Amino acid sequence: MAATKRTTRRGRSNDASDNARQKESKVALDTDALISLYTKMVQIRLFEDACQRGFRQGKIGGYLHLYIGQEAVATGLLESYREGDRIITAYRDHAHALLLGSTPREVMAELYGKGTGLVKGKGGSMHLFDVKNGLYGGYGIVGGHIPLGVGMAYAAAYNKEDSIVQLYLGDGAIHNGAFHEAANLSGLWGKEGLNPCLFILENNQYGMGTSVERATANTNLASKFDSYGIEHEQVDGMDIEAMVEVGRRATERVRETGKPYAIEALTYRIVPHGAADFLEKYRTKEEVRKWRERDPIGLLEKRLTDEGVEEDVLEKIREEAREVVADAVKFAEESPEPDLSELTTDVYASEMHVADAG
Amino acid sequence: MPVKTYRDALRAAMAEEMERDESIVLLGEDIGVYGGTHLVTNGLIDQFGPRRVIDTPIAENGFTGAAIGMAMAGLKPIVEMMTWNFSFQAADQILQNAAKIRYFSGGQLSVPMVIRGPNGGGVQLSAQHTHSLEGFYGHFPGLKVVSPVTPEDVKGMMLAAIRDPDPVIFLEAGALYGTKGEVPDGDYTVEFGKARIAREGTDVTLIAYGRQVNMLLRVAEELDGEGVSAEVIDLRSIRPFDVQTIVDSVKKTNRAVVVQEQWRWFSVASEVAALIQEHAFDYLDAPVERVSGAEVPAPYARNLEIAAFPSEAMILEAVRRVLYQESK
Repeated sequence: MAATKRTTRRGRSNDASDNARQKESKVALDTDALISLYTKMVQIRLFEDACQRGFRQGKIGGYLHLYIGQEAVATGLLESYREGDRIITAYRDHAHALLLGSTPREVMAELYGKGTGLVKGKGGSMHLFDVKNGLYGGYGIVGGHIPLGVGMAYAAAYNKEDSIVQLYLGDGAIHNGAFHEAANLSGLWGKEGLNPCLFILENNQYGMGTSVERATANTNLASKFDSYGIEHEQVDGMDIEAMVEVGRRATERVRETGKPYAIEALTYRIVPHGAADFLEKYRTKEEVRKWRERDPIGLLEKRLTDEGVEEDVLEKIREEAREVVADAVKFAEESPEPDLSELTTDVYASEMHVADAG
Repeated sequence: MPVKTYRDALRAAMAEEMERDESIVLLGEDIGVYGGTHLVTNGLIDQFGPRRVIDTPIAENGFTGAAIGMAMAGLKPIVEMMTWNFSFQAADQILQNAAKIRYFSGGQLSVPMVIRGPNGGGVQLSAQHTHSLEGFYGHFPGLKVVSPVTPEDVKGMMLAAIRDPDPVIFLEAGALYGTKGEVPDGDYTVEFGKARIAREGTDVTLIAYGRQVNMLLRVAEELDGEGVSAEVIDLRSIRPFDVQTIVDSVKKTNRAVVVQEQWRWFSVASEVAALIQEHAFDYLDAPVERVSGAEVPAPYARNLEIAAFPSEAMILEAVRRVLYQESK
């Protein structure tokens, strides 16, 4: 995968004024706004680093999928989150939870399998839910959550909520039947204004260890939405300003029309797929090095430095983030395991024994 | 009491509850304009409109998953599987999402939905269109699985299913859509996890659910002529499961025969037999008999299909074995 593939393409909608608006809004982000975004992205990066350490120390079990390299995507788009919106994603979900307002403590405690975790230690890394903050999961089966997001969007429109769904999926999921069935329904229901669903295709170039080129003959993944009458565009997912801009524009459009729209964010997972995979088998060091040059946090640092922000300001942000993460790890380590009575709760709405005549 | 068909009782339950509760929507293939392959939803699109009676493309994974999302966001969807055979296409949604979301969200979300449709075979549809899936779905914690047989129960259990805060697998006796029975007007529910004693008796307990219950009633009639008093239990619900009614009956009769259309291995009948030996071992005068479908994909030819499913003759043979009578 060439690291140079970062031109923005737009499908179906060839509205020239969109490009103009993009340029306008890119300059509209002031230094304070950029520093706020930088703070969020650094927080995610350092949190994920700590997860990697916890996993290698054997303190985090199961699977662990990190967001390192992709921070700009969710950070930029969730700037347009509005209370009442519903966010759904697959298993690379830590960043989404943190950005929506789940505390680093409760997310880390979940990964550590503690009773103080976001879902009481019942889900782990792949199943983060924080419904009060708009996070509807957290799903472990590639593609399986996509129909859920489309259904939630239907419900939102049916109930005249003025809310939308941000539905995140990876490039690996787009080859799954569930995507195609759900996208078809979304396009169909959108014709009646019944599907305010923003699809966000996080193309990190690999479905686990299989590159896009090795997974499909049509590597323009955004174009797959054409089949279902869903307009779309590609965006540089390493450019936080581009992500903020497209997020504002796309969420507004979806909210106004009740029709779905799709964004393909071109990004890169700098780390392995899971915390323990063999990344050297399927990609070259040279490729990783090239993408690292476009690390979204590095790009933003450069931008801030160009704006005249001093290094000690950035270092202070990093230092504060380190403290937050250290506190989260300490909290997770010191938290109690779930009470054993929790084993059998939350299976049904009320405690139900399948067969307990004994 | 008014007499209604199984089909009309089912439709009445949905229509009456839809009048009361706007959060109920129906989804499925050809349930609207076409009226439903089995006419269960006939006329509902005229009454409630296309936003509430949603014709879907033939994409069970997609629309079942979408219904789960609707349930997570405040609606109460009822999904029609044109037949349960097609539910394998949606099994990932039902088993991996609907059954588990409450648990792995730590109790933050509910999935109040009903998935309904005809279950079982008997009309020469052969291997891919003939399954009885109560054991398959009953295996998964998080789902409720019910299988009503009378028109009265089908209405009361559908109303209970719609109001249930958890996903309900509603297995209809497709072969019985046209059968008639007394159905109360108005609002009533039949609680899940309570079996029904369809006929009282003292000598042997016959246990089934779905359309096999009717077969057991005929067998009981025949046994009555031979001086054998059979008790017939309709399980009604597979999950939750009413152990007490079965155990009480077996303590009285000391003998049990369990009948099901599905395959024997890892099945409901196996579970019932195990529960009886756990809870009433000392009362048993004979091993529990299981009468099940043949361990083959369902065949097409009429004579082969008849041989593949439990028959009255097979059940009578099993009853005679538990009574230590000579076979006739």
